[in-house]
Amino acid sequence: MDFTFTEDQLALRDAIHKFLMVEAAPEMLREIWETQTGRSAELRAKLADQGLTALSVPEAYGGMGLGDLDWVLIQQELGYYAIPDSLAATAYLAVHLLSGLATLASQGRGLPAGRELAEHWLPKVAAGNARIAVGNGVNPFVADAANADLLLLGHDDEVHALKPAQVQLEHQPSIDASRRLYKLSWTPSEFTRVCDARQGQPLWLGLLDRAGVAIAAQLLGLAQRMLDLGTDYAAQRKQFGKPIGSFQAVKHHLADVTVKIEFARPVVQRAAHSLATNHPLASVHVSQARLAAGEAARLAARKSIQVHGAMGYTWEADLQMFMKRAWALDSAWGDAIFHKARVAHALFADGALLGPDATFASH
Amino acid sequence: MRLEYTERQKKFRAEVREWMTANVPKAALTSFDTQEGFEQHRAWEAKLNEGRWSAVTWPKELGGRSCDRIEWLIFEEEYWRAGAPLRVNQNGVFLLAPTLMEYGTDEQKARFLPRMAAGIDTWAQGWSEPGAGSDMAAIRTKAVLDGDHYVINGQKTWSTRAVFADWCFGLFRTDPDSQRHHGLTFILLPLNLPGITIRPIKQLNGLPGFAEIFFDNVKVPAANRLGAEGQGWNVAMATAGFERGLMLRSPARFQKTAQNLVALYQRHRAHADRDPSIRDAVLKSWMDAEAYALSTYQTASRLVRGGSIGPEASTNKIFWSELDLLMHETAMRILGSHGELMPEASEAAESAPWLDGFLFAQAGPIYAGSNEIQRNIIAERVLGLPRA
Repeated sequence: MDFTFTEDQLALRDAIHKFLMVEAAPEMLREIWETQTGRSAELRAKLADQGLTALSVPEAYGGMGLGDLDWVLIQQELGYYAIPDSLAATAYLAVHLLSGLATLASQGRGLPAGRELAEHWLPKVAAGNARIAVGNGVNPFVADAANADLLLLGHDDEVHALKPAQVQLEHQPSIDASRRLYKLSWTPSEFTRVCDARQGQPLWLGLLDRAGVAIAAQLLGLAQRMLDLGTDYAAQRKQFGKPIGSFQAVKHHLADVTVKIEFARPVVQRAAHSLATNHPLASVHVSQARLAAGEAARLAARKSIQVHGAMGYTWEADLQMFMKRAWALDSAWGDAIFHKARVAHALFADGALLGPDATFASH
Repeated sequence: MRLEYTERQKKFRAEVREWMTANVPKAALTSFDTQEGFEQHRAWEAKLNEGRWSAVTWPKELGGRSCDRIEWLIFEEEYWRAGAPLRVNQNGVFLLAPTLMEYGTDEQKARFLPRMAAGIDTWAQGWSEPGAGSDMAAIRTKAVLDGDHYVINGQKTWSTRAVFADWCFGLFRTDPDSQRHHGLTFILLPLNLPGITIRPIKQLNGLPGFAEIFFDNVKVPAANRLGAEGQGWNVAMATAGFERGLMLRSPARFQKTAQNLVALYQRHRAHADRDPSIRDAVLKSWMDAEAYALSTYQTASRLVRGGSIGPEASTNKIFWSELDLLMHETAMRILGSHGELMPEASEAAESAPWLDGFLFAQAGPIYAGSNEIQRNIIAERVLGLPRA
């Protein structure tokens, strides 16, 4: 039993933290909002230089072959710096699907189109030369679809690969100015299908869970950022002749956020471990992580805007970037209703393992 | 990261389970806030000690098993799983012992710890005074050094277990000219010394779970001082203080309650589901109990790897005390009209333990440093916000 990360995992996290502090300053992200794509080729190139696009691409395809546990720490940083969706969608989610297709092919179970697709795109993702958008029925809209080089879409449980020209897009502006959401119209066909439903079902389930952990970890990072912004503001802003952060009413708002983050973090990190080890309850752990991190992020937003006072209600204060992103992500890849239902299904099932010795019981 | 038990840990769990199965009393003991129940619980402590289970984290030479914090968690899981009695000597084993380990002389450790483990010496706490509750640095009870003795005068209050316990530990003002947290000294003393008067205080359940202690020229040997004179505040607040917070409430206790709550809900589901917020509260209870367990395993893993525990431990107490309230409030909502019944009522078989827990849960956000104080600690020492 060892619930700690390795030195390497922590060092990579620290390096990414320092890198994003410089390269993803709020003013820079605001500039990107104003562009039509909402994405910066320059930032993507720098992220690729840091190895982020290659992180979980298998080594055979030019990647680093790292897994869910390495990602979970990085996702917290992506949240902390409000990095837009495209990176996680391409480098984590699409890579999961493409690697799955490659594995099926190597076992002689997949469609030939799947193998070709994986062999073509995985090296490009690793090199930072591709953006891939991913969508299935869980989400009504697909993020970054217009800006993608490739779309991986679900139809029932089949996987289809399309070029942007093969889909009709209708932009759905989001309150999070960094989001680029689209409603898609497209026609699945044997020419677009790269994986049948039987093989695709576990792939999509794994994708949904990875999206869940990615979002939960980003929500944790967002919550921490909103807490830090609120704390900084409370330490600097003076009223009645002293910093407002010296008043208990303000302190306790921020302490409550700290508590929520402290007790959401291990839930999120355990979910990543469960994915990495194919735990039979991985999906339940992911949904627990989503609910815990969502609660922390929502509370952080509410308390931080309260501490900011009227300043928190302005466009000018950076808090809005993190607050809006948290509100948006909280409902992506399964909203709280969806995730609560998954946990309830497991908890109230006959024979559910409960009690003091159940947390790490083997199944 | 490896979230599986080692073979050694599994073997340890099996050993605990086997002993608990053979030894845990079949019938519940009487409350330890009665004379009869106190002695029943003291006998249980002695029994635990015979099996060397009363203080598993202590070194072997002091009666423990040198268990690391993960093994401690496993022990606690099996203890609560077995429905074993509450620990009448938790003030000693969980609260005083970590401080004794850090600040005690070898002589003090040998003198106090084995008797504590055996339940021969049971311990009460002596922190609060009428004018020093949340503001503990306002302590006024004096201990004046006179040769090789301290002479103590003053009053302590809210002293948990003091009605029946043998010993007391706490902070006393040894420098009469000192202010606040300076000039305080950590002293251990037997409660049967001449000049001590104990006045029981009835708690919400009608039992004397705590007491006032009056000191009238009470002579205590200077050898009973823990740490240096005038350093009592630091002794009480040191690293051990955070570890105490961890040891005081292991997650197993709350996971057991959450499990019982799920079972209660399932039995009454047809009625309870008419209010969907009940189901939601049950779900949240279980998830939060899991989160507390996961968090504690993470802290324990860090400690096993040589890490330390800091002021973020203040988040623990807020989290578990609010969780305990949520679980018992939810149970009372499910129980409806049965909730109010006293244990002696013929219809109270299912509800009485919940009422008992519900009353005790009211105290959780207050004792061991009120949750408001914990929030101040978090704001000032974790977030770095300025003091008022």
